Amino acid sequence: MNPIKRISRGVVAVAALLMISAYFVPLWQILMWAPQYPEGLEMKIWIDTLSGDVKIISALNHYIGMKHIEVEMFPEFGYMIYIVAVLIGVGLLAALWGKRLGLWIFAGLLVATGIAALVDFYLWGYDYGHNLDPTAAISIPGMSYQPPLIGTKQLLNFTAFSGPDIGGWIFMVSAVMAIGALVYEIYINRTK
Amino acid sequence: MDKKIILRSLLVVATLVGITVLQMCKPQAPASVSGSDAAVKAYVPPGQYDEFYNLVSGGFSGQMSVYGLPSGRLFRVIPVFSEDPTTGYGYSEETKAMLNTSHGYVPWDDLHHPAISTTNGEHDGRWVFGNANNTPRVARIDLKTFRTSEIIELPNSGGNHSSPFITENTEYVVAGTRFSVPVGDKTDVPISTFKENFKGYISFISVDPKDGKMNIAFQLKTPGVSFDLARAGKGPSHGWFFFSCYNTEQAYTLLEVNASQKDKDFIMAVNWKKAEEYIAQGKGEKVKARYARNRYDESTHTATSEMLTEVLQLDPAVLKDIIYFIPCPKSPHGCDTDPSGEYIVGSGKLAALIPVFSFTKIQQAIANKDFEGEFAGIPVIKYESALHGEVKKPGLGPLHTEFDANGNAYTSFFVSSEIVKWNVKSLEVLDRVPTYYSIGHLCVPGGPTRKPHGKYVIAYNKITKDRYLPTGPELTQSAQIYDITGDKMKLILDFPTIGEPHYAEAIPASLIMPQSTKIFKIEENNHPYVAKGEGQAKVERKGNEVHVYMTAIRSHLTPDNIEGVRVGDEVYFHVTNLEQDWDVPHGFAIKGAANAELLIMPGETATLKWKPLSVGVYPFYCTDFCSALHQEMQGYIRISPAGSNVPLKYSTGKTDDTAAGAGR
Repeated sequence: MNPIKRISRGVVAVAALLMISAYFVPLWQILMWAPQYPEGLEMKIWIDTLSGDVKIISALNHYIGMKHIEVEMFPEFGYMIYIVAVLIGVGLLAALWGKRLGLWIFAGLLVATGIAALVDFYLWGYDYGHNLDPTAAISIPGMSYQPPLIGTKQLLNFTAFSGPDIGGWIFMVSAVMAIGALVYEIYINRTK
Repeated sequence: MDKKIILRSLLVVATLVGITVLQMCKPQAPASVSGSDAAVKAYVPPGQYDEFYNLVSGGFSGQMSVYGLPSGRLFRVIPVFSEDPTTGYGYSEETKAMLNTSHGYVPWDDLHHPAISTTNGEHDGRWVFGNANNTPRVARIDLKTFRTSEIIELPNSGGNHSSPFITENTEYVVAGTRFSVPVGDKTDVPISTFKENFKGYISFISVDPKDGKMNIAFQLKTPGVSFDLARAGKGPSHGWFFFSCYNTEQAYTLLEVNASQKDKDFIMAVNWKKAEEYIAQGKGEKVKARYARNRYDESTHTATSEMLTEVLQLDPAVLKDIIYFIPCPKSPHGCDTDPSGEYIVGSGKLAALIPVFSFTKIQQAIANKDFEGEFAGIPVIKYESALHGEVKKPGLGPLHTEFDANGNAYTSFFVSSEIVKWNVKSLEVLDRVPTYYSIGHLCVPGGPTRKPHGKYVIAYNKITKDRYLPTGPELTQSAQIYDITGDKMKLILDFPTIGEPHYAEAIPASLIMPQSTKIFKIEENNHPYVAKGEGQAKVERKGNEVHVYMTAIRSHLTPDNIEGVRVGDEVYFHVTNLEQDWDVPHGFAIKGAANAELLIMPGETATLKWKPLSVGVYPFYCTDFCSALHQEMQGYIRISPAGSNVPLKYSTGKTDDTAAGAGR
């Protein structure tokens, strides 16, 4: 077992602690603009809820047969708090343990969680954009309305943007710190 | 070529020159061309905001309109004293009570003067008050919603013209009667007993600093004259109020002649702090009266009217030192205090000069008992003792004066149709510009406050004649904006107005815009008939009353099919707009509605009462183009004969008879 440097343990601990912010700030955001909404509409995704103009977005989307967005639609809001707690715990344990394997586990988990979250979000977006009420007022053959995974997309009269919010950015910082610590450990051991 | 031709040619040339010279001698109409940079100064590019809100009285329209300055663009007409079928104001079950008076429902009035609330003599942007000149009332409009929040009636008054001027911290809104009237037990008296039985009353309406609620704090019983306009003191003169009065001749017929006999009428100075002292000592007398007070509750979206039965009165002929008269030439109209509070400008509408009184001198004269006599038991201060000086030959028919922040006054002249700029201290005339035509009131943004915002003076005119494309005998009224940032006033824009504009005030947009209400929160809607979601939409029968709890959201009404209603029923459509998005109102209209339609703002509930008179299926629909499928926002109510046993039922989106091909 390769012990890791003190600095790496510190970095890992800070990375884990930073993720506590996930309970207090939004993680993801979807922004929308249309000619009638120059001020924009926003939907913020938190660890256990949604906020912003969700009702207005739903009211507008019902014309094309999209589902009414409700917090209850997302089982993720029930268990995301535990997943993040586990991530923080693993990070702190890895720092305490001080072995490179711990670092591998933590960084790996972080990356895996990130990828899983994006896949989950993509699948929801696919369903939300494709699984439309056949009796909707506006039905354009061949048209689907899957929101962008990351980035900007034009959907009828709306320009939609999807991307990380404060919490998401902090998560990425944590991941970069964890991977950075790992890379650093591998690098200094090789030069020895 | 002979001489003849040359002579003839010369003759023709000479004749032409002669005609031209003659034409040049003929007097020209005054030129009305504005400066070349005028358009730029009044231009607000599309999508950009005006610098000021201009709240303009609607005169005989009974409403108040909201314009932007300097663009002159009209934003909104606020229903105040007149019913408004467009929005349902005065027609809906919720707003009917706003127009209740001791004379019953009065659906119209004549609004002359707005007054924006102040704190420390400066605009605070909370409320704007307006007066009803006909059936005496004062309204308070909330500047968050631009809706009328309260209307209070004034007893013992015969036309509320001298109103709604306010004290420095909006402690009081005043209401002086234009017509003196007989009051109390002796109201059935010969008109010829004017001197003996007619009294003029001044009401001081207190304003609750917390929520603006109005209450008549006290009334002053004054001699039978006509009160015209008023202004509160400010700064050093805070605690005093100044009212112009005419008809001190106490004429009751052909006032045009009979009320213009005296060389001087009065400005009445009121020490309202003194009146408060007397009240604290219990010197006021509670007198029976009957007057309505109507308040709109934003949480229930409903107005209620209460009839009050008592008013506290003070008699300044007995309780000394409350009021004093100051002689003022020729039926004074405007009575304006300058930003420093030291100078009071009286404008005799038949005078050829403008007297300016000094508050310091008035106080000295009172201390020295420098009186020339009494009028109906009230001391009259000597004219010279109160006078700061006179503006000589300013123009003809001065009416109103506003002020800028640099010690200048701007006075409107109806007869000579012009605005004259003069210096308050030196009384020197500095500039004059024509107005088109016959200006009444004028407005400098913040002009009546301690800190005028300046920049523009706006003329509100009575006559437009040839200024716009004609529209038959009935023409628009108008306003003109002049830039006053330089030494010379410059006309920059001319715009038509709603109704007849009397007074107007202008306030920086920054004091109003950030606090403007966008929606009413549905969770905070406490209307007794609210439906806070489509699940709560229903129809209930109580005897012959049918209550429809209806919801409106893009793009359907719930319920949109109603059956089991009968001729003889009274149907109440309580429509809740479920939207929580800015600028998405819904309307509600039903065929044969004998009252009005409704316009319902997001989160609001409004009720239209409808009495079906004959059997049939009646359509109803949304009148506000709310969405792409607005035209689909419609429904039916089936009316069966009286006594029919068609069961009460209602639905939205339910298709009963698929066999007949109905629905999908």
